[in-house]
Amino acid sequence: MIDITKNFPGVLANDRVSLTLHKGEVLALLGENGAGKSTLMNMLIGLYQPDSGTIFVNGVQRDIHSPQDSMALGIGMIHQEFMLVGNMSVAENIVLGMKDLPFIPPMAEIKKKITALSKRYGLQVYPDRIIRDLSVGEQQRVEILKLLYRGADILILDEPTAVLTPGESRDLNEILKRMLAEGKSAIFITHKMDEVMSFSHTVQVLRRGKSVAVKPTREIANVQELANMMVGRDILFSLDRGPYEPGPAMIEVDNLVMLPIGGGKPILDGVTFSVRSGEIFGIAGVAGNGQQQLTEAITGLLHVDGGSITLNGKNMTNKSPLAIIKGGVSHIPADRGRMGVVGDMSVGENLSMKKYRTAELSRKAVMQKSRIRRFAEDLIERFTIKTPSQDTSVKFLSGGNIQKTILAREIDFCRGILIAVYPSRGLDVGATEAVRQNLIKQRDNGSAVLLVSEELEELLMVADRIAVMFEGRIMDILEANKTGTEELGMLMAGVTREGR
Amino acid sequence: MRTHLQKRDSRSRRMTILVPVVSLLVSFLLGAIVLLLSKADPLVTYRAMLKGAFGSQTKLQYTIAKAVPLLLCGLAVGVAFRLKFWNIGAEGQYIAGVIGITWVMQFWTFLPVWLLLPIGMAVGVACGALWAAIPGVLKAQWSVDETLTTLMMNYIIIGYAEYLYINAWKAPRGNMGTILYPEAAWLPRIWGRVHAGIYFALALVVVLYFILYKTRWGFELNMIGKNRRAAQCQGVCIKRNIVLGMLLSGAIAGLAGAIDSAAVTHQLTKGVNSGYGFTGIIIAWMSGLNPFVSILVALIMAALETGSDALQILKLPSAMGEVMQGLILIPLLAGSVFIEYRLARSGTHTEATA
Amino acid sequence: MNALDFTTRLLAATLAMGTSLTYATLGEVYTEKSGVLNLGMEGTMLLGALAGFATAFKTGNLLLALIMAMAVGAALSLIHAFLCVTMRANQVVSGLAITMFGSGLANFLGQRLGPASNRYNLTGMNLSSKFSNIAIPYLCDIPIIGALFDVSILTYGLYVLVPFAWFFLYKTRHGMVIRAVGENPRTAAAMGISVSRVRYLYTLIGGMFAGLGGACLSLSFIPSWNDGMTGGKGWIVIALVIFSAWNPARVVIGTLVFGGITSLQFSIQAAGFKLMIPAQFLGFSPYLITLLVLTAMTIIAKKRKGSFASPSALGTAFAIDDK
Repeated sequence: MIDITKNFPGVLANDRVSLTLHKGEVLALLGENGAGKSTLMNMLIGLYQPDSGTIFVNGVQRDIHSPQDSMALGIGMIHQEFMLVGNMSVAENIVLGMKDLPFIPPMAEIKKKITALSKRYGLQVYPDRIIRDLSVGEQQRVEILKLLYRGADILILDEPTAVLTPGESRDLNEILKRMLAEGKSAIFITHKMDEVMSFSHTVQVLRRGKSVAVKPTREIANVQELANMMVGRDILFSLDRGPYEPGPAMIEVDNLVMLPIGGGKPILDGVTFSVRSGEIFGIAGVAGNGQQQLTEAITGLLHVDGGSITLNGKNMTNKSPLAIIKGGVSHIPADRGRMGVVGDMSVGENLSMKKYRTAELSRKAVMQKSRIRRFAEDLIERFTIKTPSQDTSVKFLSGGNIQKTILAREIDFCRGILIAVYPSRGLDVGATEAVRQNLIKQRDNGSAVLLVSEELEELLMVADRIAVMFEGRIMDILEANKTGTEELGMLMAGVTREGR
Repeated sequence: MRTHLQKRDSRSRRMTILVPVVSLLVSFLLGAIVLLLSKADPLVTYRAMLKGAFGSQTKLQYTIAKAVPLLLCGLAVGVAFRLKFWNIGAEGQYIAGVIGITWVMQFWTFLPVWLLLPIGMAVGVACGALWAAIPGVLKAQWSVDETLTTLMMNYIIIGYAEYLYINAWKAPRGNMGTILYPEAAWLPRIWGRVHAGIYFALALVVVLYFILYKTRWGFELNMIGKNRRAAQCQGVCIKRNIVLGMLLSGAIAGLAGAIDSAAVTHQLTKGVNSGYGFTGIIIAWMSGLNPFVSILVALIMAALETGSDALQILKLPSAMGEVMQGLILIPLLAGSVFIEYRLARSGTHTEATA
Repeated sequence: MNALDFTTRLLAATLAMGTSLTYATLGEVYTEKSGVLNLGMEGTMLLGALAGFATAFKTGNLLLALIMAMAVGAALSLIHAFLCVTMRANQVVSGLAITMFGSGLANFLGQRLGPASNRYNLTGMNLSSKFSNIAIPYLCDIPIIGALFDVSILTYGLYVLVPFAWFFLYKTRHGMVIRAVGENPRTAAAMGISVSRVRYLYTLIGGMFAGLGGACLSLSFIPSWNDGMTGGKGWIVIALVIFSAWNPARVVIGTLVFGGITSLQFSIQAAGFKLMIPAQFLGFSPYLITLLVLTAMTIIAKKRKGSFASPSALGTAFAIDDK
């Protein structure tokens, strides 16, 4: 790709970016959120067209206008959100939309081909299973197989290890190596620096739409160097925090059990822990091991089948979300668009959603509009939320500003307990720093903070104690300054200290 | 160079006003085409309809009187729509209101005559509320899709009403229909054919506006409609509010039925399925759920109905009114997209940021 | 009349009634499977009934009547498809608008297309020919089941169409495409499928069959036209789609049940039995049963996840550039 430029309304996504991928190599495309990595790759697979610049594939200049064009050239992409149809089988997903498929597809033959391919590359896949029933790791393997089946030689992976345990990531690495040995090449998009170091041969760093560096990975000294290239300044790897002097327990979870609707393995299998005031308690683990359900149980959104939840000394097991909010619990939810804000309502209205019931903002049943407006203006300023006005619909704000809105509302309301679930997901480094500093400030003020995160480095940086969840159980609770990625990674994969 | 739709950065104010007006004009144009194709003269037809609706003082009174139940049904459906609850059952809730007031008028003879009207209206309102609460509870408790349940409730009560006015409650004389309500208990007229029901309707507009836009409950209803999950996370009780919202919705539709029969028909008889409930859906949608705008839209719909009644004399099809009502929504639906999107050409501004 | 005779007649009446429902339901199953909710069924069926009757009245050609009904149904659904797919309108309201417009137009034309002698009204007019039953010898004499072989050609058509509809949806590549579009349009688009095209196509086909279903009503038994003669059947179609869990094979069960209840009324009267329940109660019983079964199904589906799952993208608009 040479001198690729791409404009969107208001944003220069790619500014004369050039990229070269050699056969049999893995190129890591590194950059913050919004740096332009996905945009660049989307042009390679034909979803967008470059405003200027040229693309050469195997030495021949090509115009790629659609995913079919790119597939015909042997280029395929696995997106962060898998492109799989949940109610169809693996085999059907693999052949979906293929051009030369006969009227009645010969499924038996197709399944045989799939099985052969999966053996060749070490991808354990069963063609008859329905996608909905597969684990995330298995689904990713189906995605890879889909590309290989269609003859892809160049694979683009978008944040592939975001949903994998450290063990599964190693498996992925193996699969990649086998593919490279067969002459395939890969580009993967990431913002995780350790991924870059362990997977790639070459690193290309994008910053604000420009390509700022291309270097062979082995020439990179350490992660700090990468970080500097990505951000352009020294980013903090540790944050200022007050002394760790925890007070009484504010959140006490005892033997919590949650069973799934149709029966089967428990979602929460006897979870016990407590969070004290003035401490940040982190929960690590690959998404899907019960962390979100745990926080939803604590905030009253999900029903538990056994055990107890005590908040600030009061039993709050299976109480309504309203009761828990009245108990002073703030919640920064996992899915900010779907749970955190009402997109079609204004920033001001969203900011008032925690306090609109209180005397501060309403008199009896009537909302006091002028008081609400002043309240909102104040919060917008304090938390530097970038918005044209408080009347703009929240959905028009950037991801980072939406998260700031939620943060503002929850932190302003917080009366001792704050629950934050994947709070820095999808945010750039600047916004992420702001989130983490706010969490620490709350903790220094004496709040009990429960932080669920997928990023081990975030937990190690911010939390005082870290628990690891695996399959609905707490594997262990460790002190943050006495553990590291290795130990946590093993626990996340279900390996206990006693043995495998 | 392809033209396609592209999301705007903010809702277009200009379009919010332009779109309904333009689509109204477009629908009249389309109606004219329908008339032309069926060998009727559009100008003659429209003129006849206008005269039929506003031509004389009497006709104007007819139109206004008709607008009352339409407005009420529009408000009723609007309340439900705010919750994104598709209440197609306003028709049935209206009928429940008529059944309720008829019950009182016909059988609560132990009451003094001057109490019949207020109690009757109250019972009518309660019946409407209850009829709407059933699908409301089904949705709140078990997530049963409300589009179908409210619809089925319509047909069930239409059938039941028929049973009443042909069979169980039939007046001894005549083919069908209950006995007329005692004249002293009728809702009085205030100006020609316009009756006191108009006071209720206008008062309700103000009350609803206040509730929906100024109170905490209105705020919560808005939240539920726009993002149920987020509302839940903020402690809003979804189940209770759906049922309450439906009770209110059905109550207003029941009020429409009670008022209309207390003031106009004075009995339960064939034709009680007036179609007001369905037209109410159009009114609710067209007025963007704003109670004040509903007044204007209800008047337009009423004009269409009284206007098309006049067509029968001219040997023109009276179903033209029905056609127009359906036709009004279509350009509006098509045009509404321009409030959130604009037309753009490929090559200059393309898809949103990745 | 003995029980055997009664049952046979009931089955015959059920098949006759159910034919119209089945055509429309099959159409709507395909439409919804592609992700479009078409509540315009009632209006489309009515307009199809009118188109069929009017064409047969003017030309005496039954085949032409069917074709007109299908064309009209498709045209009306084209509007719905345009509104929902291209203009991304709310599918519920669009469907209701189509029903209102379609019904209104049908009643309007019914007052316009008749002969001058009847004040241009089509109501009360008779047809010279109709779709009468064709009996297959020997087979039609089998007790009860024989009724299956003494039906109109429209019903015979279903004997072929229903299995084909099932096969097409689950065993061919087009069926795969439809299912993908309705379940996960983003993925389908990434695989190079044109979501708009698929949704347009199957909305049109759905409308076509709805029009055909409507024509079945006005062109069989005693061919006639009346204002609003579909009487809510279009809504039952929507419910039937849910009952059959969006599976063409299961459509038959639902239509048999509903056709059965609807024709129970007439069969009892024809057999000379006194109706113990007031006629109106029997009249609204299909709707009551729809309500109860719908509730039951929804509750059961909650307990056993995924058993009656609707297409995930049903009712949502899809555009490549939406976030």
